Amino acid sequence: MTTKSVKTGTAASVDYLLEARNIVKKFGDFAANDDVTLKLVPGEIHALLGENGAGKSTLVKIIYGSLQPTSGELRWMDTVTVVANPAAARKLGIGMVFQHFSLFEALTVAENIALAMPDDVDLAELSDRIAKVSVEYGLPLEPTALVADLSVGERQRIEIVRCLLQEPRLLIMDEPTAVLTPQEADQLFVTLNRLAGEGCAVLYISHRLEEVKQLCHDATILRHGKVVAQVDPQKETAASLARLMVGADVHSIKAQKAAKAKSPVLEISDLSLPADGPFGVALKNIQLDVCEGEIVAIAGVAGNGQSEFFDVLSGERRCLTEDAVKISGAACGTAGVTARRQMSAAFVPEERLGHGAVPGFMLSENVILTRHSSDGGMARGGFINQTAARDINTRVTERFDVRKAKADPEARPLSGGNLQKFVVGRELDRNPKVLVVNQPTWGVDAGAAALIRQALIDLARSGACVLVISQDLDEIFEVSDRIAVISRGELSQAYPAGDLTLEQIGLMMAGAHETGGGQSREAVA
Amino acid sequence: MKLILEKRQEHSQAMAYLSPVIAIALTVVIGGIIFALRGLNPFEALFIYFIEPVTTLWSLEELAVKAAPLVLIGVGLAICFTANVWNIGAEGQLTAGALLGSAIPILFTGWQSPLTLVAMLVLGAVGGALFAAIPALLKNRFGANEILTSLMLVYVAQLLLDWLVRGPWRDPKGFNFPKSVTFEDWQLLPTFGDGRVHLGAVFAVIAALVLAVVMARTLKGFEVRVIGNAPRAGAFAGFSRNKMVLFCFLLSGGLAGLAGICEVAGPGGHLQPNVSPGYGFTAIIVAFLGRLNPVGVLFAGVLLGISYLGGEAAQVTLGISDKMAQVFQGMLLFFILACDTLILYRIKLLFGSQLRQVPAE
Repeated sequence: MTTKSVKTGTAASVDYLLEARNIVKKFGDFAANDDVTLKLVPGEIHALLGENGAGKSTLVKIIYGSLQPTSGELRWMDTVTVVANPAAARKLGIGMVFQHFSLFEALTVAENIALAMPDDVDLAELSDRIAKVSVEYGLPLEPTALVADLSVGERQRIEIVRCLLQEPRLLIMDEPTAVLTPQEADQLFVTLNRLAGEGCAVLYISHRLEEVKQLCHDATILRHGKVVAQVDPQKETAASLARLMVGADVHSIKAQKAAKAKSPVLEISDLSLPADGPFGVALKNIQLDVCEGEIVAIAGVAGNGQSEFFDVLSGERRCLTEDAVKISGAACGTAGVTARRQMSAAFVPEERLGHGAVPGFMLSENVILTRHSSDGGMARGGFINQTAARDINTRVTERFDVRKAKADPEARPLSGGNLQKFVVGRELDRNPKVLVVNQPTWGVDAGAAALIRQALIDLARSGACVLVISQDLDEIFEVSDRIAVISRGELSQAYPAGDLTLEQIGLMMAGAHETGGGQSREAVA
Repeated sequence: MKLILEKRQEHSQAMAYLSPVIAIALTVVIGGIIFALRGLNPFEALFIYFIEPVTTLWSLEELAVKAAPLVLIGVGLAICFTANVWNIGAEGQLTAGALLGSAIPILFTGWQSPLTLVAMLVLGAVGGALFAAIPALLKNRFGANEILTSLMLVYVAQLLLDWLVRGPWRDPKGFNFPKSVTFEDWQLLPTFGDGRVHLGAVFAVIAALVLAVVMARTLKGFEVRVIGNAPRAGAFAGFSRNKMVLFCFLLSGGLAGLAGICEVAGPGGHLQPNVSPGYGFTAIIVAFLGRLNPVGVLFAGVLLGISYLGGEAAQVTLGISDKMAQVFQGMLLFFILACDTLILYRIKLLFGSQLRQVPAE
């Protein structure tokens, strides 16, 4: 069947595969969706664009049945439909690939998929179907492989294949490329185009405007819970799409060159650490100095030791020797995270919920989380100063434009971008001398990302040293003065950002600087 | 029509307080049905069970005696459970505290000074804490599940007590009954009223109030809540999970040990094979019914105390087994855990029109 025949064929019977009409969803007084209308045609790839907090997740959750609208209706193939829960959505033929997929690492691919199937299945038969579907759609996947051994991209394929096995007519993809390498993303686009060609509609949520332009046939743009435009992304520029999303020109980042490098504030020397458990990455002989006033970025494909490196810098894991990490000349390799904060270091981990913030705690309580014993301390004599915590929360949320339904909400209901602004703002509010931040704008909308990146640059220009660990090369080139690449626990030398090309970084990400690798460091530089 | 559970955006404060009320109501209703099935008048039986025990001064004093150990142990467990540390062996720690504290009057029968009582109480708390340290260390060192180890150690403590009171610590003048010498003067807790309410009740109130302040206002209380809610965030805040496990076990074990020595030096007056009618286990229900909140535990302790009294009263007046008390306690825990679902979820009824087009589950 060709794309055209599908489209014309179905157009005769139904105009739209799915129509969400005048959807309103209120949480208290706060309207997350305010009269949203979305129409999907079979065989189209439809982008859903908007900043974090614009209401994309809410709309998608309503379509997928995990939320019920306050008012408005869903029409599936021209019939009014109530999608009571995700199981009902799957029965209708709606599949969803979540941004944060949850798989059992200790189980195989086939076992993970079997767990998600509605009925009991024969594992051998299922494995055959998985192999068949994965070959058919260009999603290479070995059914007997252990999930723990797979990259994030391969894990995402599991989720996609799981959806495909149920022969969906609508596939919802939430930020699918956030975790993928450029090559993996290209591969995904081929698959999605092929699916669309077979008549399956794809609802595609992304912040990456370039890829929306490249991939999508149609785009609905949300802002503050309302639809502000429906456009053909092919006819727009990335800048015009961004303007529609944020309602104004996206703040362009001022990255003036740093003044001449001064003395190092964060010194890492001969840092080695064995792997923590079977899935961990060992760190091998890492050397890096970060000077005052500069931003050094660590590039690399996810799972190459970034989180281990972050943990050992924050002090959540201790180094074997005290001299491995020095802050302002003082050795602190074996010191804990509180001691390092007292040395005026600040940390922002990759995972916002559950690591950087406690989901069920109010924001003011989450302020106490990282600031109880540093900067004068909110816990004098063991007692907590709650007024101070609330003041800091007010200050941070105003300065960083954290949008929320009430003054001091729990962290859980905040959208990703808003929570990230809070988590970063909480640390920047301390005016630290050293800031280590892991994936500062992961899953964050363009507006919030620009705000956070500008704040990092401003902090560095005010004299602090900033270490950014990121997978986003655009971000790295935007903010950094020097760039190093981590690969299988080994860190390359840090090169001035202006001296590197994308190709050189790509080579290093593939392990060119590794001591066991074929190419020498000079070959890269 | 169909009943579904819908996840709430934030957890419901109102439901956190309503849930125990609903659970108590359901327990009373089902209890009434059970009485009716036994051929009793349910209203009369429930009256005898739950209301009569609190109608006389005598029974109110008896209630304070029963509630004191439940509160003392329950507040400690509330801290444990908040931190996601599962001490199920408070009954054993109670026994260990009663044992070690009793060593003073049994081994130094002649020592009579205010210090005697202080030493007994301190040793009681230390005994409970040390006994509780065993599952904590096993967990921290070997990753052994504390639910199993703490529970199994209950039987170790009880059998040790049994052996002591039948063997080396048996009262030589006690006609071979399995009991120790009777404690006297400074070996007994001061009492109030007509002589049954003892200092343990005061300890219980103090412990509840102090821990309420600790949990609400101090960094230690914050640490307990963070580690229980999000261990990874706890590590990021610089809190040690292992130290928290030890802290929780030492605290709850110490309080259980104190409750144990108070039982022996209070109403008992000597050591015998049974020092507690299962206070250490019932306190688990007290902790949950009290919303893991020390002040809530104070009220929950009183309520569960009533179930003990009601059990005794029902045995006398209605002629039914005092095991009925355990049935009520079990139902209460079951319903409260079930109702707690409503803190994070809401029940929704879908009617005909909303159900249309939805494939049946």
